Amino acid sequence: MKILVPISKVPDTTAKISFTDNNTKFNSDGVQFIMNPTDEWFALVRAIEIKEKSGGSVTVINVGGPENEQIIRKALAIGADNAIRVDTADDDAYFVASQIAAHAKEESYDLIFTGKETIDYNGFEVGGMVAEMLDHPFVTLVSHLEIEGNTVTVKRDIEGGHEVVEVNTPCSISAQKGISEQRIPNMRGIMQARTKPLEVKAAVESEKLTQIISYELPPSRKEVKLIDPENVQELVKLLSEEAKVI
Amino acid sequence: MSVLVFLDQSEGKFKKAAHEAATYANKLAQSQGGTAVGIAFGSIDSNSLAEAGEFGLSKVVHVNNPATDNYDSRAFAKAISAAAEKEGSKTVVLSFNQRGKSLGPRISVRMKAGYVPGASALPDSDGNIPKGVFSGKAIAHYKINTEKKIIAINANTLPPEKVGGSAEVEVFDGGLSETDFAVKVISKEKLSGSIPLSEAELVVSAGRGLKGPENWGMVEELAGVLNAATACSRAVSDVDWRPHHEHVGQTGLTVRPNLYIAIAISGAIQHLAGVNNSKTIVVINTDPEAPFFKAADYGIVGDAFDVVPRLTEAIRNFKASQS
Repeated sequence: MKILVPISKVPDTTAKISFTDNNTKFNSDGVQFIMNPTDEWFALVRAIEIKEKSGGSVTVINVGGPENEQIIRKALAIGADNAIRVDTADDDAYFVASQIAAHAKEESYDLIFTGKETIDYNGFEVGGMVAEMLDHPFVTLVSHLEIEGNTVTVKRDIEGGHEVVEVNTPCSISAQKGISEQRIPNMRGIMQARTKPLEVKAAVESEKLTQIISYELPPSRKEVKLIDPENVQELVKLLSEEAKVI
Repeated sequence: MSVLVFLDQSEGKFKKAAHEAATYANKLAQSQGGTAVGIAFGSIDSNSLAEAGEFGLSKVVHVNNPATDNYDSRAFAKAISAAAEKEGSKTVVLSFNQRGKSLGPRISVRMKAGYVPGASALPDSDGNIPKGVFSGKAIAHYKINTEKKIIAINANTLPPEKVGGSAEVEVFDGGLSETDFAVKVISKEKLSGSIPLSEAELVVSAGRGLKGPENWGMVEELAGVLNAATACSRAVSDVDWRPHHEHVGQTGLTVRPNLYIAIAISGAIQHLAGVNNSKTIVVINTDPEAPFFKAADYGIVGDAFDVVPRLTEAIRNFKASQS
């Protein structure tokens, strides 16, 4: 099984979110960046488990500048075999997906395995776009995955329940919680990661279909109204008459 | 110029999400001087189809291929793109839910149309579309550079609005053939009796402060009187007190209910990322320093074991007085 795991670089969960240039650019000053948790914990770890059990290879691909090599090396330390970095800015999902699809077409992977969404732009976009560009079946919100020959059996979320479905490779899957557990790279992995191949590729021609014009911070919540625990009727009254939610 | 809207259904009925999307599409079409057209798949009774007109749709294109009773993103995206072409629709609207999240990006590629996933309002006067980013910590205004546009809207973006009318129903094959279907459904498991968390308007959630799974009875009782869905923090699903699908937060589910009641949850930033967009947040916690109070609209500093049963009783009485 030859697996490609696209990984994305995102601000750490606890990062303070602010903007510069008249609210048109994300302020990365002092922000720590990490590998997108759903890419790392779910797609990458499950891909490595499959390789460990049945052989094959796991390649990670990232679209971004040289500063992204820190998260790429981490993916290699966790257990990916090799990595591709497409050296260009990653500011539009279609553009990014085009880069990944262009690479995937050269290599004919059996499985393109993404995390469910990035924690910065929360878009859920790149995996589905790559799947369409490669004409793959695409199954999302997968919380369990097994592979037997060229049949991939997964459990996916549906509204109010789950479904077990089968697809054949080549296919694209987006993973969520439940599929695997987070792995901390060990010292041996970290040492090996330094010498694993990391190929830098130039971007292919593509288009940017969207752009962000400006950012704003949401209106801050009003100060919390504290209610006496002895007087729960007061809360019911506020929920009904003030918040109008019950 | 028409707007095409994907009407998501479950077991032969349109979901609330479909009515919200139809309302959004109708308002968008009106602002452009056009009409809104729906597209639906699989087994639905003809009355439900025509009734979609009440939400302002002039027509519903029905792909009645029985194979579409099972969801396959590739086949659905192909048929929706074909319908947009046929109807001359420059904009496609969908719900940012389980199906929409896999359809939006596919249709974007097929139609080479810029895509905004998770729109939180109609486009502004410049055509820019707001969307929550950084897990609700900011809003970004997106410009779509292409003439064709795909917009997936968040749940609870607009309340469904009945404007009267009935839709003409047109059967459409969507250009689908057997080879377009690649996802084979082996089994389905519906979680019985519960309200789907991602669609819920009211959510009652509890954390590790409840000490053990045996104490969830009072959470379910409160949810029961409110007709709310139940949820939990990551700490709770990690130790299997509650199932994973109830986990709300950064790596779990993001919810946008009108009311989120958090019981004995401290409010770590990862949890807040999943609930930031709730309209009203109530926090019940013994610790007055719990960070969740800073994100709450209403708070009770008190012991859940004491407060929750009395709150349930008060709401039950309130409901009884209303009926």
